[in-house]
Amino acid sequence: MKRLLINKIVLALSTISAVIGLAFLAWILVTLFVKGLSSFHFSLFVTDLINNGLRNLIIGQFILAGFASVIGIPLGMIAGIYIREYGRGRYANIIRNLSDIMMSAPSIVIGAFVYAIIVVPTGHTSGFAGSIALAIMMIPIVISTTDSMLSLVPKELREAGIALGASKYRVILDIVIKAAKVGIMTGILLAFARIVGETAPLLFTSQTSNYFSLDMTHAFPSLSVSIYDLASDVQTSSRDLAWAASFILTAMVLIINLTGKFITRNKK
Amino acid sequence: MEKLFQKISFSSATLVFIILLGIFITLFDAARPAINEFGLHFIVDPAWNKEVPITTPQADSIKKVSDSSEVVNPDDYSDDDGMIMEDEDDTPTKTIYGGLVPLVGTIFSTLIALAFAMPIAMGIAIFLAEIAPKNISSFVGGAIELLAAIPSIIFGMWGLYYFAPIVADLFGGFQVSLLTAGLVLGVMILPFMAAITRDSMNTTPDILKESAYALGATKFEVIKDVIFPYSKVGIIGSIILSLGRALGETMAVAFLIGSIFELPHKITDPTISIPVALANNFGEASGLGMSSLFYLALILFVMSFAVISFAKFFFLRKAD
Repeated sequence: MKRLLINKIVLALSTISAVIGLAFLAWILVTLFVKGLSSFHFSLFVTDLINNGLRNLIIGQFILAGFASVIGIPLGMIAGIYIREYGRGRYANIIRNLSDIMMSAPSIVIGAFVYAIIVVPTGHTSGFAGSIALAIMMIPIVISTTDSMLSLVPKELREAGIALGASKYRVILDIVIKAAKVGIMTGILLAFARIVGETAPLLFTSQTSNYFSLDMTHAFPSLSVSIYDLASDVQTSSRDLAWAASFILTAMVLIINLTGKFITRNKK
Repeated sequence: MEKLFQKISFSSATLVFIILLGIFITLFDAARPAINEFGLHFIVDPAWNKEVPITTPQADSIKKVSDSSEVVNPDDYSDDDGMIMEDEDDTPTKTIYGGLVPLVGTIFSTLIALAFAMPIAMGIAIFLAEIAPKNISSFVGGAIELLAAIPSIIFGMWGLYYFAPIVADLFGGFQVSLLTAGLVLGVMILPFMAAITRDSMNTTPDILKESAYALGATKFEVIKDVIFPYSKVGIIGSIILSLGRALGETMAVAFLIGSIFELPHKITDPTISIPVALANNFGEASGLGMSSLFYLALILFVMSFAVISFAKFFFLRKAD
C-alpha cells in the first residue's frame, strides 16, 4: 500500500509542476495582453518614438535582425555543411562542440566584444555593430540546425548523385540541401525569432534612437533597447508605452516561433 | 569549383574558432590595464569605484603624474566630486575597482535559480515523458517551449511589476533583491531545463521500462530505478547547461537585482551581477573603470565557457 501511496504522491507532484509551468506562461501572457492592449493603439505603428509612437523602433528591430541574418545565415549554413559533409574526424567535431559552446556564450559578453572591435575604433555606436553582435549569436544556431538536418538526409541520395558523376559540391547543393530544405528553413526561422527579441547584445552596440533612421552607420532604433529605457523611466506614460512595445515584441517573436513549429508539424 | 567550395566551407567553420578566440583575446586585451593594476586580488575586493588615499612614500611623485590615467580625473566621475575636493589638498587618491560584489551576485542568483527551477523542471519532465498521454504531452511541451521563446526583457518587466511584489510580501525585504532576481531567473531557465531533461528521459528504451512494469513495479519505481539511472548523465548535463545559461542572463536580472555595488547580507538584499554591471555601466565608464568592466566580462566569459564545456565534455557527448 505504501508503494502505491508514494507513487500517487510523486505523480501528483509532477502534474502540479507542469501546472506551475503553464501558470507562469499564462501569467506572463495575460499580463502582457492586459497591460499591452490597454496602452495599444494603431497610431503606434505610424509615429516614431519622438512622438510617442513605435514605428521607427519596430522597423529598426527588423532591420537589425534582418541584416544579422544576411551575415549569419550563409556563414552558418556553409559551416554546418562543412561539419556534416566534408569534415570527417576530429576537427569537425571540435568545431561542432565549440559552436555549441558559442551558442550558450553570454549575450552581453558578445556585446562587449563587438563594442571593443567596432564601436571603439569607429568612435560611435552603429546599426552595423548591433547587427554583427546579433549575427555572432545567430551563427552557432544556424550551424547546429544545418548540421542536424543534413544528418537526416539518407546516404543513398548522396551515393546516387555521385554515381551520376556529379561532383561533391553539386551533390550537396543540388540534392542534399534540397532534401533538407524545409528543416533548415524552420531552424533559420527559429534562429531569427531568437535574435529578434534580444536586448543585451544591442545595449552598447546599436543603442537606440528616438528618430526614424535607415543609416546603419549611426546609433540605430531598437525596440528591445527602448523597452529597457522606457520601462525604467519614472513617468507612467513611458511605462505604458513600454508595455505596448513589449506586447508587440512578444507577439512578433511568438508568431515567428509558432510559424516555424507549425511548418515542422505539417512536415511530419 | 569543388576545391573552392571546400575551402569556403572550411573557412566558415574555422570562423567559429576564430570568433571565440577573438572574444577571449579582445576581452583580455581591453581588461589588461585593470589586470595589471589589481591582479587576481580583483576577484576578492568588494570595493567598486572607490577613492583610496595613496599611502606610499613616493606619494608626492605620484601626485605629479596625477593627470595620467592612474589617478582619478574629477571630470570623469562627477558623482564623487565632493569627495575628491576634500582629498585634493594633501593626500592624492586613486580609484580602485574590485569584482567581488558582482561575482557573488552572479553566483548566488544562479544558485537560487537552480534551486527553484530544478525540482519543478524534473516534475515537468516526468509529467511530459511518463505521465501525460501523447496529445496532452505534446500540447503542454509546446506551451512550455513557448515560455522559452519569450524575450528575456519581458521576464524582467513582468518580474519587476508583478512577481517581485508578491515575493517581497511573502519573504519580506526589498522588491529588488537577490531573491527576486534568482526566482525570475529560475522561471526563465525552467523550460530549457525541462526540455532537455525530458529528451534524456525519452532515450530510455521501452523494453527496460516494460520489463520493470512486468515485474510489478509502480510508475514511480520505474522512474526512480530504471529511467533515472539510465538517463542520469544527460539530466546532470542539462542542469549544468542551464546553469551556464543562467550565469550570463542580463535583461531579466537587470530589472530585479537592484544594481548596487554592495555585498548582500541577507538573501532579500539588493546587489548586482556581472552582466548587469556591464549593462548599466558600460555607457558611462572610461579609463580604468572601463577596463575593469572588461575584466568582469572576461571572468564571465571564462566561467560560462568552463561550465558549458564541462557539461558537454563529461555529460552530453554527442555520439558522432
